[in-house]
Amino acid sequence: MIDLDDLDRALLRALQGDATLKAAELGRRIGLSQPSTWRRMKRLGDAGVLVGRRLDLDLEKLGFGVTVFLGVKLATKGRVSLEDFERAVTAIPEVQTVEHVLGLYDYRLRVVARDLSDFERVLRRRVMTLPGVGNVEANVLLTEERRPGPLG
Amino acid sequence: MLDNTDRRILRHLQSDPEQSVADLAQASRVPLATCYKRLERLQSSGVLKGSHAVIDWRAIGYEVLVSLRISLDKTNPRAFDEFIEAAREVAEVTEIQTFLGRVDLRLSVIARSMSHYQEIYRTRILSLPHMADIEALMHVSQIKQSEALPI
Repeated sequence: MIDLDDLDRALLRALQGDATLKAAELGRRIGLSQPSTWRRMKRLGDAGVLVGRRLDLDLEKLGFGVTVFLGVKLATKGRVSLEDFERAVTAIPEVQTVEHVLGLYDYRLRVVARDLSDFERVLRRRVMTLPGVGNVEANVLLTEERRPGPLG
Repeated sequence: MLDNTDRRILRHLQSDPEQSVADLAQASRVPLATCYKRLERLQSSGVLKGSHAVIDWRAIGYEVLVSLRISLDKTNPRAFDEFIEAAREVAEVTEIQTFLGRVDLRLSVIARSMSHYQEIYRTRILSLPHMADIEALMHVSQIKQSEALPI
């Protein structure tokens, strides 16, 4: 774990908004020279704080009209291995993220589909047939907002 | 509308957003000039909006991640707006999502430790307005997180 100062936090905040910013432009924004900005970016990368970037794509324009979060409870704990479930669920292309959680559900999945009937197909043919799957709860995503987190 | 070349480029870019346009063109089997032109068109049409850095909060000491599933008191027409406005003020909230389904909202909350989480929960979360019910899911591990779309 590394400690951050205010400049590191400003740098991370800027990259959270636009990962393509180069050291020169970033430095201008936070008031640092290009070389020292570059050194800080490298340090944050080496320490595992900056772990890559993700594209911001317009889902609607790409034809993905619905995003659904599924809470999945496994039915036969102990008999079906978690590894089998995880391997199978990870292989479904429509499943974007899989989180192992504690609480009401065992797994939380983020699923994209073209529309609700396409989602129903994914749910019936892909998700409900997963090894060990039990109770499934679906919540359709309406809005989503990513916050900068504790970098202020 | 997108054709197969656009889709191929996006698919490769999605799997490695940091690669150069030259590498992307080669991986997508299109001439470099075409690749530039297609990327520009994807950007100007708003399909490709940009990219954001992914931060590993654990690397800076945030060990705990909790999903809070919240139902609101819908008798108040301003409940959603006022709740979201207040949730934005909590620094440890990294995501705010609204849903159609059994729960109305979800917050992702990060904390340095369980005792830190407890403190945030008691002082910042429970004081948020218009909550009717709240359920917590404790994050154990991330099995898949590419967020890649099946383009």
